[in-house]
This record gives sequence, C-alpha cells and structure tokens, in this order.
Amino acid sequence: MKDQHIKLPQGSIEKTTTTLNLGPTHPATHGVMQNILELDGERVVSTEQTIGYIHRAFEKLAERRPLYQITTLTDRLNYCSSPINNMGWHLTCEKLLGVQTPKRVDYLRVIIMELARISDHLICNSIVGVDAGAYTGFLYVMQYRELIYEIYEEVCGARLTTNMGRIGGFERNFSNTAFEKIEKFLKEYPEVLKEFEDLFIRNRIFMDRTQGTGGISAERALNYGFTGPNLRAAGVDYDLRVHQPYSSYEDFQFNIPVGNTGDNYDRWLVRQREMWESLSIIEQAYRKVQDFKGKDAEVYHADAPAYYLPEKADVYTKMEALIYHFKIVMGETEIPKGEVYQAVEGGNGELGFYLISDGGRTPYRLHFRRPCFVYYQAYEELIKGSMLSDAIMTMSSLNLIAGELDA
Amino acid sequence: MSRPVSYNLVQKPLESDLSMAELPEVHMGDGFFATSLSKVVGLARKNSIWPLPFATSCCGIEFMATMGSHYDLSRFGSERVGFSPRQCDLLMVMGTIAKKMGPVVKQVYLQMAEPRWVIAVGACASSGGIFDTYSVVQGIDQVIPVDVYVPGCPPRPEAIIDGVMRIQDLVEKESIRRRDSDQYRALLESYGIQ
Amino acid sequence: MTLTNEYIQAQLQEKFGEQVGSFETPYGMLTFEAPKDINLKVLNFLYDEPTLQFRFLTDLTAVHYPDQPGRELAVVYHLHNLSANVRIRFKVFTNIQTPDVYTATGLFAAANWMERETYDFFGVNFVGHPNLKRILNVDEMDYFPLRKEYPLEDQTRIDKDDAMFGRG
Repeated sequence: MKDQHIKLPQGSIEKTTTTLNLGPTHPATHGVMQNILELDGERVVSTEQTIGYIHRAFEKLAERRPLYQITTLTDRLNYCSSPINNMGWHLTCEKLLGVQTPKRVDYLRVIIMELARISDHLICNSIVGVDAGAYTGFLYVMQYRELIYEIYEEVCGARLTTNMGRIGGFERNFSNTAFEKIEKFLKEYPEVLKEFEDLFIRNRIFMDRTQGTGGISAERALNYGFTGPNLRAAGVDYDLRVHQPYSSYEDFQFNIPVGNTGDNYDRWLVRQREMWESLSIIEQAYRKVQDFKGKDAEVYHADAPAYYLPEKADVYTKMEALIYHFKIVMGETEIPKGEVYQAVEGGNGELGFYLISDGGRTPYRLHFRRPCFVYYQAYEELIKGSMLSDAIMTMSSLNLIAGELDA
Repeated sequence: MSRPVSYNLVQKPLESDLSMAELPEVHMGDGFFATSLSKVVGLARKNSIWPLPFATSCCGIEFMATMGSHYDLSRFGSERVGFSPRQCDLLMVMGTIAKKMGPVVKQVYLQMAEPRWVIAVGACASSGGIFDTYSVVQGIDQVIPVDVYVPGCPPRPEAIIDGVMRIQDLVEKESIRRRDSDQYRALLESYGIQ
Repeated sequence: MTLTNEYIQAQLQEKFGEQVGSFETPYGMLTFEAPKDINLKVLNFLYDEPTLQFRFLTDLTAVHYPDQPGRELAVVYHLHNLSANVRIRFKVFTNIQTPDVYTATGLFAAANWMERETYDFFGVNFVGHPNLKRILNVDEMDYFPLRKEYPLEDQTRIDKDDAMFGRG
C-alpha cells in the first residue's frame, strides 16, 4: 500500500511529520500517561513517552510506615487486582520474618489471588474490545466483576482497595456466605466467559484489528524485561507460579498458555486462556479448602504471635498476648535485619518487592519492581511503523495500569 | 444472563416504581403555565448533565463500575460521557492528582464552557488522601474551584451517585445569573482564572 | 552442572579475583559487590559466560546509606537466569560527591527507564545513558527526593498541621 504524495503548491513549506500529543487525558490512555507521536500521515515514525503524572512516592512513603501499614500502599499499585499485591507484600514480610503459613491459609490465598487475576484480565480484555469499538462485551463482563467484588467484601469489607489479609494469614475466617458466593461464581461464570469469548475470538473485525500489530519477538521481549502475559504471548513460558512457587501453588495443576508472535491478538488470547486456567485453579483450591474438616477448618492464620494480632480474649487475660498486642499495634515488633526480594505473578507479570530492613520499625528501603514500568519502555519499538489506530490497540492490549507505572 | 437480584423480595406496583420529576413552583391555568426561567432551566439541566470522567487512578475503576449496568449512572441522565471538555458540563476528578498533573487539570477546567461544575471524587482528589507526599497535590481545590466532594477510598458507586445527585441539586437551584455575578468572578480570581 | 551459589561465586572470584567481594546469601540469594568501574565487565561476564547466562535484568535500583562515607549510594542489580531459575544480586557502591556509574543500557534494554528512575530518586549519574532525565518527578525539581535527608511531606502545604500528625 503506497502512500500517495500530494504535490504542494510552490513556496509552501513541506513538513514531513506531524506531531500528535496523545496526552495524559485521553480516552485511549487508560490511566495517565502521555505519548507524543511523530506521524507521517497515519504511520507512526517515533514516539516519546512521559509518565509520572500520578507519581505518589510510594517508596518514600513506605519508609515512614510499619510493615502492616504498607499493605494499604500496595493496594494502589495495580488497582485492578489489589489482592495479588497485598498477598505479595505479605509473602515478602513472611519471608523476612520467617513466618510459615499453614496450608489452608495458602489455599485461601490462592483462591483470592486467582479471583483477582480474573478481575484484572477481564478489564484488560474488555477494554481492548472497547478500543476496537465493541462496547457490549465490557458491559456484560462488568457485571461479573461485581460478583468478584462481593466476594472481596465478604472476606475483607472493601471492594477495590482491599487491604486484604495480614502477615501470617487473614484477619478472619471466610464466612459461609463467602463460600456460597465463590460457589455461585464458579457455577455461573464459565458460561459468561464463553459468551464473552465467542463475541471476539473468531470475529473477523477484531482479528483484523489485532492480528499482526504490536508484535515483539521473544529475544527482544526478554531484553526489555517483559514478564507476565505479554512475555507469554511472545512465546516464552515463564510464569512465577510454576517456576518459583509461592503460597503452595505447586499443589495445583494448571497450564501456561503461550503465544507465538506477541502481537495484540496473541496477548488477548493468552489473557483469555489464563482466565480459564484461573477458574480451574479456583475450583481445585475450593475443593482442597472444603477438605479441611473440624478443627482444621478453623485455621486462618499462622501461629506467629509476635506478628499476628492475638485473640482479643487472650489480650484481656494473658500477659504475653497483651504485650504482643501492644507491640504489634504500636509497630514496635522485632524485625530482623536483612534484605529480601520476593516476587509474585501479578496480573501484568513479575511484581517484585525488594525490602531492606535495618531492624527498625519501618523498612530502611522498599522498592517495588513494577512490571508495567518495565515493559512500557518497549512501546516505541512495538508501534514503530504501524498505523495510529494500531498504536491505540497496542497500548490497551499491553494492560498499562497507571498506578503501577508510576508508584 | 443477568443474575437474579436476591434482595428485592417485596413486589412493588408499577406506579410506585416510576418516578417523576418534581414540578417547581408554578402558576398554572387554562392554557398557560408560568414560572421563573431559572427553575425551568434548572430542571432541564439537572437531568442531562454530561460528565467528563477525569479518571486518574483507583477511583476511576469504581467509576467504571458506576457506569456499568449494576449501578448505572445513566439513569440520572449522564448516559453520554464525553472526553472533550468543550462539550461537557461536569468535571469528575477521580483519583490522585500529582503535581505534574495539576496544570493539566487546570487546562481542562479552563477549556470547559460555562456553566460548569466540578466534583472531587475520592479522598485523593478532595484532600490528597493517604498520600501526604511531596509529589501529590493535597486536594484539587488548590487548583480549581470544587462544588461537591465525595469522600471514600475509593467511594462506593452509591456514594459517587450520591455525589452526582448533590450536583443535580446544585444545578437545579442555581440562578441563571450566577456565572456573571461578582461573587463568582471573585472566586475564579482567587484561583487565578480569568 | 547445576548452577549453585558456590559455583557462581567460584567463577566470579576466578575471573575477577579480589575485586569482587562481600559474598553473602541472605534468604538464599547470592549477593556480592564490585567496584563501580568494573560493573559493566561483571555484567557482561555474567551475561556471556555459557555456564552462567544471567540474561534477564529483573530490577535496578539504588539505596542511600548516609552513614557510610565514601560508599553512600549503592546501585543494586537483580539478575535472573531464566533457564536454570537462579537469581543473584549485584551491588555497586559509589560516593555521593561523584555518583557516576556506567550504564547497563547497552546490554539490557530494560535498564533504560530503571536507570532514569534511579537518577530521579537518588541522583546517580549513569555515564553513557541515552536520555538521562527525570522520569517520575516534575522536570523542574532540583533535589533528589529519596535521599534520606529530604522529608516525605511537601513543606509548603498549609492545610495539614504537622503537630497533629506527631511530627514537627
């Protein structure tokens, strides 16, 4: 397809490229990030990204707060799947403090993390549809996110920024209503996901919009530090849940969907298949949790009195419980000195927490390894030479969450 | 495919399900209907506010849930969300505004045509929220005048709808001369807006 | 040949001798340091050596230690060998008056923005970086906020009373 060159009248200045500001406030940029595109007609020649429009100084803020107060900060990283961030932070603290969580806690965590992953991928895939012009799928699917929010509400009380769980487990046992809601989700969700999938997966228009655009090879993706669904779409089967299992993921059977070319269609397909795999993991975890009977079914936290608030009845009657309660609430627990790096498989890839503790009540340095920040650098390479509309599709299929980009 | 509503157990007759807008104070008679222009204009405006969702972070996701079919903001006439400030009435600032983003908010506000209203959704937009840091504007009222503040982190969709309903009250009761008044001009001057 | 921490340590000491040091294994991850002038040599060795092959840069950040004169800023690289599933941590210390460290962008494209973020927060000057300017903070900011001497809060705010928050 050759570009037609128009003959300009004598004496006019021929500019070769147009500068377009896809500014921080734009319906296509989901979250605040700015791309200044140089366009030759409709083709992208180069782009320059500016981020930092929602920089909230999490890392400096974390140096002020004791460990359990940092959970509220981690919520706001990838806010579409906040429980994964919370659990990742608790795993980091447990690694530093040497707390071992019982199996039931691990399985409950797996249920919540996979629900969060489904919730994140649902937003991404339906927004890819919205950007291609298909708004219906988004509305269908938002209703099922409401059911996931209801499950979070039963467990921790909040819908979006969940602050779920504590170092060592959960703050309360899952109620029967929570289990009923999980069952209802497992029963009703598969056909919804199938209906959503059928709208897009062999849809000629969607395939034409997304195939062949925004592709990246596996070597370049690895060099750019891609992780998560974007890397798996490029052909590398690296998933932290399998390669460095945390929270008893090794007890579950699931597949890792892998793409070929790393283009937008592959990313959409990988996320879609991951939702099916997450559903199967939730079913397995739910059955495993139901297998705990009697006294074991009451276990919802680790036995770590120095870091997990003791029962209120004990606080009023026993001396050690009172002292532990006081120390935990005032943030004066003994934190060992050391540095630890723990990573979890977030909705977008390897979410890492690098925690350096000097024995004080707050971390000396906490660094979040945010997957979105790392792979957004590759955006220029992904869209060079493609059309403007493909650039928009690429941006939304990368699943850029501004909170995670800037932290 | 919609899941059955499980809490609505009492069947309501259809008449009480419909809600009609309240008539303002009018003088009615055979063939005529007299009221003040403010009231009619207010009534018309309040049920067709076109919002501009300036969604920066987590509150934006709750806004998406509000626009979805479960909580449905379009019942209130806000079906058409626009992204161009030139065409919108209500600037809904949802999420943290960092110092880098402050000038952008101001520019979007300046581009809106009168009458315009601003709603600060969430703790971060109202007062900086949990981020009392060097890079966050402690509330967007440092930058633009705000009409309604919705607290919450993030506020539930019902709270966002409540905020929009308070804006509707403001729109209904507003005098049509307010935007030319000295008091309003003084307010804009205090923000450095001409 | 399984890639163990002892093997990596032996390889590094064989190649660089006394220059690499402080080998520790906190929580199972091998951590070592090297002087800042050979940081690229070490990274290249870890990348190219067929038995080591640390080809994935997980993370690049810095830490400020104000009470270690001459070694105030530490640039920390987290590297990962995906096929053998081994992670290591590599630290480079520099003093705060001349915080110049060679850039790793030639080797890892991922280091580009990570180094910009490190520059933005700590002021580490990466020599040879294609575009070293602030990334997350406003461009006009003239100090490096994550250094320990600067406060968290914006000192010019008028609506929050520090006395009520237990500080100041």
